[in-house]
Amino acid sequence: MRNIKIILVFATLAFVIACGGNNQKPTPDSNASSVQKKSEVSDYDPNRGEGKFNEQNVILDASLNKAFADAGEIASGVKCTSCHKMSSERLVGPGWKGVTERRTPYWLMNFITNPDPMIDKDPELQAQLELCLVRMPNQSLADEEARNILEFMRKNDGVK
Amino acid sequence: MRTNLLNFLAGILTVLVLLSSCRPKNAATAISGDAAVKSFVAPGQYDEYYNFVSGGFSGQMSVYGLPSGRLFRVIPVFSVDPEKGWGYSEETKPMLNTSHGFVPWDDLHHVELSQTNGEINGKWVFGNANNTPRIARIDLKTFKTAEIIEIPNSAGNHSSPFGTENSEYIVAGTRFSVPPDDADGDVPIDSYKKNFKGHISFISVNQETGKMDIAFQLKTPGVNFDLARCGRAKSHGWFFFSTYNTEQANTLLEVNASQKDKDYIMAVNWKKAEEYLKAGKGKKQKVKYAHNVWDDHAHTGTSTIKTEVTVLDVSEFKDICYMIPCPKSPHGCDVDPTGEYIVGSGKLAALLPVFSFDKLQAAIANKAYDGEYEGIPVLKYEEVLYGEVKKPGLGPLHTEFDGKGFAYTSFFVSSEIVKWNIKDLTVVDRVPTFYSVGHLCIPGGNTRKPSPKYLVAYNKITKDRYLPTGPELAHSAQLFDISGDKMQMILDFPTIGEPHYAQAALADLIKNNGQLKIYKIEDNKHPRVAKGESESKVVREGNKVHVYMTAIRSHFAPDNIEGVRMGDEVYFHVTNLEQDWDVPHGFAIKGANNAELLIMPGETTTLKWVPDRVGIFPFYCTDFCSALHQEMQGYIRVSPAGSKTPLTFHVGKLPSVEKPVQ
Ligand SMILES: [Cu+2]
Repeated sequence: MRNIKIILVFATLAFVIACGGNNQKPTPDSNASSVQKKSEVSDYDPNRGEGKFNEQNVILDASLNKAFADAGEIASGVKCTSCHKMSSERLVGPGWKGVTERRTPYWLMNFITNPDPMIDKDPELQAQLELCLVRMPNQSLADEEARNILEFMRKNDGVK
Repeated sequence: MRTNLLNFLAGILTVLVLLSSCRPKNAATAISGDAAVKSFVAPGQYDEYYNFVSGGFSGQMSVYGLPSGRLFRVIPVFSVDPEKGWGYSEETKPMLNTSHGFVPWDDLHHVELSQTNGEINGKWVFGNANNTPRIARIDLKTFKTAEIIEIPNSAGNHSSPFGTENSEYIVAGTRFSVPPDDADGDVPIDSYKKNFKGHISFISVNQETGKMDIAFQLKTPGVNFDLARCGRAKSHGWFFFSTYNTEQANTLLEVNASQKDKDYIMAVNWKKAEEYLKAGKGKKQKVKYAHNVWDDHAHTGTSTIKTEVTVLDVSEFKDICYMIPCPKSPHGCDVDPTGEYIVGSGKLAALLPVFSFDKLQAAIANKAYDGEYEGIPVLKYEEVLYGEVKKPGLGPLHTEFDGKGFAYTSFFVSSEIVKWNIKDLTVVDRVPTFYSVGHLCIPGGNTRKPSPKYLVAYNKITKDRYLPTGPELAHSAQLFDISGDKMQMILDFPTIGEPHYAQAALADLIKNNGQLKIYKIEDNKHPRVAKGESESKVVREGNKVHVYMTAIRSHFAPDNIEGVRMGDEVYFHVTNLEQDWDVPHGFAIKGANNAELLIMPGETTTLKWVPDRVGIFPFYCTDFCSALHQEMQGYIRVSPAGSKTPLTFHVGKLPSVEKPVQ
């Protein structure tokens, strides 16, 4: 009798835990600073990230687009460089030096326009969060702005 | 012995049960089993309605969800609010400017949602200041007070802000009649009948921008205006105002203003008034009032003093105003959704008169008058009366409608809500409230199309409802399910200040109206904005030191400032660089004589700080913003007057020195 009760309790607990896990939805506007472990990361592509950008719609020239890079410098001055240095030194977030060599262009554009879902899913971003402890804020970048900032990052990495 | 004790206890129990069953105001008898389920809205799920509730003597407006009763926000309107820096930041101070100077408090009585074709349109909500007469417009995209206009020739702006069915006008009727502003007010108070006048202001509202303007005022006999309601549908073009103290007493009004059997509901043909104005019959009059407007791009309020208003003296025009006799000291004069029935609620009357708009028109056409009141035709009571609800309760105050043919009237003295049939004037249901109910609210209950699922009662007295909190208790709002034949109380929740009237609108109407989540930093036109850390700086202008500061998770720039001297005035212009919803930053500094700032994403806000001693003063962010929020802080150094400490500022390891001032 007593055993049955214990089994029932465990079964109930298991049920509750399972339900809890399933009900946990990613919160797109979340400002939560804790690391949220997600189970449903199977469809996440760490090479592309999550968002509207991919190989097809982010096309880079071999040489720098100076107009884009200049506009990107202005935009990042307003929205990014409070937290990111141009060197490899970490301020609030990691330094930008070499970022275009470490990440694909479309991953970068997805991340800066759609940070919250990616922070929730990307294992490398979660590791980064444990270091920085501040989730990168969504700075409401327009697509064009994101593209310009990408070009400015390329300039910072020596593309001529 | 034991049996005796049991018997004794049983006896006490019986007496208690009997006693409590005799008390009509027993909570247990009013709430049935499924009440909690009906009002429960699970965390993360949205309420069906926004409820905009007046904050009474708090001077603010609060926003609740229905049916949950959850408090979402307190919008600062007429009173300073340190939580949001309202009235403390340099940009918001002009919003509380009046012809009397900066007025940090008022008494917000009623709310009015803007309408199109007699239906709520979700654009704005208006509120009145009762004490220093003003009307405010709150923008429902930002939930921020966007405009405040002072009302001249008035005192006690109680009879407001009631609106027409396309928000053509918001009206403001004076509670206290007073000598007009351009007259010599240094008169004996007991010359009331000779020198005191009433004024009703018609404030026009631009349907695109919401911008308000006092279009005209009606000069009326010196009575007290209490509440008002516009005509709608067939009675569009008319406005109805309840009056009291038609005796024109000026002392001990509780007796002296209750002498007459009947006071009046004043019916105003405002379309007719418009015609006279167009024909140039209005008289320009010297007044002084403040008009304060908020600019969402400059994040700044501007106050302008205006000096003229156009007045129509209604005694000179026999077809603008008519007096409808109404027993006795009427409070509400509420118009049903069809526009045909006008319900008068005499606070001291034992019946509810219901007037007919059609009969009113016929009586006017037939000149069915019972003399005049100071030049205004008085209509014959029986000629305009549709019928009376007999013995409905004690102390009727205010009526809302469900659009299904029923009216709901609050009874202050007998503490109950009475539901009655408008056509046959029979009472069909009544429920107790706890206690002394004032206004009622049905979502859309003052429109052509009410949304009759819930009714909220706003009660004045709360004793034995909630946990005691000293001599003062929060006022109580009670939510009733009115979807069935019988009203059912499903929730009882506390409110701020003293809520008078409230209105509610379907949630979709408000949350889908283009709600602003952030201020776009690109659109920030504040003259001292810093768009990015590279623009942060400290500039001396004489004895004024302007700090162009930025805030982002989790630091300020600059966060080290030196070279401020005693005798300086320091202005912190803080720009929040965040472009993410719900991430304001705060700014507070030790010894500040005003308050903090709460800066919305993309906004610039200014705190004035006058150091009172030499030393090091820390500042910090007051709104928890990230795991490193506690680290979001900085220092400012204050040196003695005349000291040579150079003005420097930096963040991180990048010290910079101010460029020389020209
Ligand atoms: Cu902060």
